[in-house]
Amino acid sequence: MIDQLAEHEASAIAAIDGAETLDGLAEAKTASLGKSAPLTIVQRQLGSLPAEERKEAGKALNEVRRRVEARLDARTAELAEAERAARLVAERLDLTEVPTDVAVGHAHVVTQAWEELEDVFVGMGFRIAEGPEAETDWHNFDALNIPPGHPARDGFDTIYVDHGPPGSTLLRTHTSPVQIRTMLDEDPPIHIVAPGRVFRRDTPDATHTPVFHQLEGLVVDHDISLADLAGTIEAFTESYFGAGFHSRLRPNYFPFTEPSAEFDIQQPDGTWLELGGCGMVHPNVLRAGGIDPEEWTAFAFGFGIDRLAAMKFAIDDLRELFTNDVRFLSQF
Amino acid sequence: MKVLLSWMREFAPIDGEPSFLAEAMTDLGMVVESVTTTGPSWEGIVVAKVLALRPHPEADRIQLVDVDAGDGEPLQICCGAFNMAVGDLVPLATVGTTMPGGLEIGRRKLRGQWSNGMICSAAELELGEDAEGILVLEPDLTVGADLAGALGAESDVLFDLDIEGNRPDALSVVGVTRDLAARLGVPFSLPTPTFSEVEPSTAAQASVDIQAPELCSRFGIRVLDNVSIGASPRWLASRLTAAGMRPINSIVDISNYVMLELGQPNHTYDLGRVPEGRLGVRMARDGETLVTLDDVQRRLTPEDGVITNGSDEPIGLAGVMGGASTEISDSTTRVLLEAAVWDRMTIARTSRRLNLRSEASTRFERGVDPFGIERALDRFVELAGEICGAKVATGSVVAVGGLAEPLSVPVRTARMNKILNLSLTAAEMAALLDPIGFSSTPTDDGLMVAVPSWRPDCEIEEDIAEEIGRHHGYDKSGTRVPTPTQAGALTRDQRARRRVRRTLLGDGYSEAMPMPFLAPDDLAMAGLDAAGISLANPLVAEESVLRTSLLPGLLKAVARNQSHRIDTVRLYELGRVWQPSDDELPNEYELVAAIGSGHGPTGTVERPETAAEAGVRSLYRMAAELGLRGLAVVNADVPGLHPTRAAEVRFRGNVIGSVGEVDPRVLENYGVAGRASWFELEVAPILAAMATPARYEPVSLYPSSDVDLAFVTPDDVAATDVAKTIEKAGGGLIRSVRLFDVFRSAQLGAGHRSLAYQVRLQADDRTLTDEEVADIRRRCIDEVARAHGAELRG
Repeated sequence: MIDQLAEHEASAIAAIDGAETLDGLAEAKTASLGKSAPLTIVQRQLGSLPAEERKEAGKALNEVRRRVEARLDARTAELAEAERAARLVAERLDLTEVPTDVAVGHAHVVTQAWEELEDVFVGMGFRIAEGPEAETDWHNFDALNIPPGHPARDGFDTIYVDHGPPGSTLLRTHTSPVQIRTMLDEDPPIHIVAPGRVFRRDTPDATHTPVFHQLEGLVVDHDISLADLAGTIEAFTESYFGAGFHSRLRPNYFPFTEPSAEFDIQQPDGTWLELGGCGMVHPNVLRAGGIDPEEWTAFAFGFGIDRLAAMKFAIDDLRELFTNDVRFLSQF
Repeated sequence: MKVLLSWMREFAPIDGEPSFLAEAMTDLGMVVESVTTTGPSWEGIVVAKVLALRPHPEADRIQLVDVDAGDGEPLQICCGAFNMAVGDLVPLATVGTTMPGGLEIGRRKLRGQWSNGMICSAAELELGEDAEGILVLEPDLTVGADLAGALGAESDVLFDLDIEGNRPDALSVVGVTRDLAARLGVPFSLPTPTFSEVEPSTAAQASVDIQAPELCSRFGIRVLDNVSIGASPRWLASRLTAAGMRPINSIVDISNYVMLELGQPNHTYDLGRVPEGRLGVRMARDGETLVTLDDVQRRLTPEDGVITNGSDEPIGLAGVMGGASTEISDSTTRVLLEAAVWDRMTIARTSRRLNLRSEASTRFERGVDPFGIERALDRFVELAGEICGAKVATGSVVAVGGLAEPLSVPVRTARMNKILNLSLTAAEMAALLDPIGFSSTPTDDGLMVAVPSWRPDCEIEEDIAEEIGRHHGYDKSGTRVPTPTQAGALTRDQRARRRVRRTLLGDGYSEAMPMPFLAPDDLAMAGLDAAGISLANPLVAEESVLRTSLLPGLLKAVARNQSHRIDTVRLYELGRVWQPSDDELPNEYELVAAIGSGHGPTGTVERPETAAEAGVRSLYRMAAELGLRGLAVVNADVPGLHPTRAAEVRFRGNVIGSVGEVDPRVLENYGVAGRASWFELEVAPILAAMATPARYEPVSLYPSSDVDLAFVTPDDVAATDVAKTIEKAGGGLIRSVRLFDVFRSAQLGAGHRSLAYQVRLQADDRTLTDEEVADIRRRCIDEVARAHGAELRG
């Protein structure tokens, strides 16, 4: 039987080498090393041999088994590798079939400017206040020292809505009513800015749209002066526009501030750009907000957000902002 | 307001570079929008004398003019005008001149005759409108002299100023000059008009009766006789032209000149057409009519003020426009001159109602100096005497109506300095105020400041602060940054709103900003309740209703993009809508909506996701990213959405929006091709949920077991409902229920499908035994069968 070992080894190796799949190899393993495999039978028969022969035969058998097992391991690895390779080939994808026009959302330029402005003012210690877009005539005008019949009302081209008595409800023409609401809701000191959507009964052109956006600022505290206003505008100018930009105030007229000013921004090339209105809050406005103008003084300022957005991206027609054209939106 | 430097110099010795002066005026709040150097570009134009006039041998419409251009030699010119005589002085543009209008003058032949230059009309010199004839010059000029020098028409500077509504005084040359002179520290003075008067007096010939004192504060008249009306002298016409007014005739021009100079609008009547010279002032009666100067019959209301004649008939619309019946004509010789000051609101109302805005009404609306009347009357008659040869009746008559008391404002030095961040003394403040007409007397704590009658805008201490600041210079207040007493921050809701926006951007939706106004049928076309709030005064009907949903606006946006052949459109909007309410204001709230058309970011070319699925997926993505646990989609009929591909979005017990596919009929109404995914949610509940931070739940350390269950369920049973039933049956031991397969076949039967769920079981405190797992499995199967009539698939 020992003399058959070589033959058994040869046939086991042949079976292993002949297996083409891992399943086939498992069969070859059973056939060469399983319970009824010739080598296993030989092993069982070892016991019947004389002691000195048994030792030698056992050694020979172990060597054969080791060789067969080694071959089996090698073949297993070989076939596993081949099968993995075949599977990877079968899994092939043409990744260029994936549509290239992935959808990326673009924030609206007005929102970009809006949030950037909020961040600048938050950094300067302001909180962000809000108010309704449909407003009472009182909050939009009367409380801001623009009583009925005041000629300034004409200049606002107000859109009124059918709600309540005629003329009582309008779409706010500026963000200034938020000043009133904030003063009525909160005790001073107050440091707020109020970005928001405003409405004018304006025929659209390159520099006007009936719906646009403003940012309003209000600071109420003891001893607020024109210098605080100028300093705040200057600090804002430098942080929003960057180093090299400066601001100036020059006298102007608004019913809700006294003294009033227009503020201009000087660009690094030296040219001036009219940006917005500002001033010391009129005592009548403070009173409408429930604040004693003898105890507190205040400044307010306001400017258009859309124009800043348009300037930043060199958009020369404000109507473009509201076309909702994807080719426009996706540029920014 | 356009102001000539030469005109200003009549009241103050104003000097300096135009740019410097412009800056000074801008710094005073009279913003200079442009500075133009005017006056004549008349180089090459000289004074020439007509030596002879000869007919042109070949032409009737031109004649030959021999002129002396200064060298004594006759120079032949062909000329198309015939209004000059031998000996007249005329302007001659010599060969080589470029005319103000750009025309170059050369030596050329006209019908065979040489013309060695051009004799000019007023229009050609841009001196006036008259293009009919040659401008015949005053006879005392020097022949051969430069025209500009000879006429004293040196170049001038025209400032175009933007005057704010609170500065009616600056709608006049003297007002602007007063302010500028104060800033420059040069003296300002108003010369007293000089003229001689003749009897009978004004009072003997005319009278005024103010019956409506609230309408008119002061009404002054003067009478002029022997008035001869003609063209205005050149200096007057050119100043009016520079100021933007058209010269008409001497009387009208003087009227305008006085208004521009002093800011007092005035009016002239043909005294012969005002019986006994009697004028009255009252409010109009309802239905009364008046033919105004523009020959339009106006129907008046009791809100309009009128000037009446002695028979109580309206002959003028107060402060807005005169009447036709008393209009000055070429034959008028007796003129009744009016200068009055009217109630601002009345004038504003009337001019607005009749859409009649004039230089006069603009000034009256803002407030005219009631004590400037006498000076305006006097200045008018002074000019009329010089120009029209008018004889001025002695004295004026001034009737007084409702006149406000002169105002004095107490000003506290400390308060002024606090507002302006200055440290001026009361005397320094007084010195700033005095040159602009505010006289002050010292008080214990500051000044008592008398407000000049031409500054109706100044009523309180702060108004005086502006005057002090303006003339001292705003920049002197310095800069200081106030110190807030609390940290700047966005509110929780504001931060959350930004996250909502980021989430949608991350899902490929760009931000749209449609107009919030809709056409009246937009809502109905979108399948929505048409009860939007209307605008009371819309600009156009297409934008006359406030939106109640973001759907119409976003549909229009998609349609617009598709019309430009952009098929893949993903847009979101976060904006406000309005619903009617019984409260003080409409019910205004925020919605966020996303619309998608074309192929979305998920799916492939082979199997694109349906629009409805895309909408739901975007919704879930947003809910997951924002931590909106428990947000549920419940199949439902939703107005505007596809009848069988729509669902309500429920969150914490409320319906907060909808999701699915837009109704194909709605898409058709809006001209949108293909299909469109959609969801719309109320923002407030989302922000509220985001305000509550998630609560930590300990992670179980024990092993979990998965059970797969497939049920054959009728189509009308929602997959999420089955999942919910399974979860409930698990008695708290179910960690997750995941739908992993949906399968239909003939074998399952029409109207049924198999829903396969992987159910993960896990306890926090122990390993579940096989028996427990089997028990839960059983309970799930029974419960689903009971609740949905669904059988476990074999």
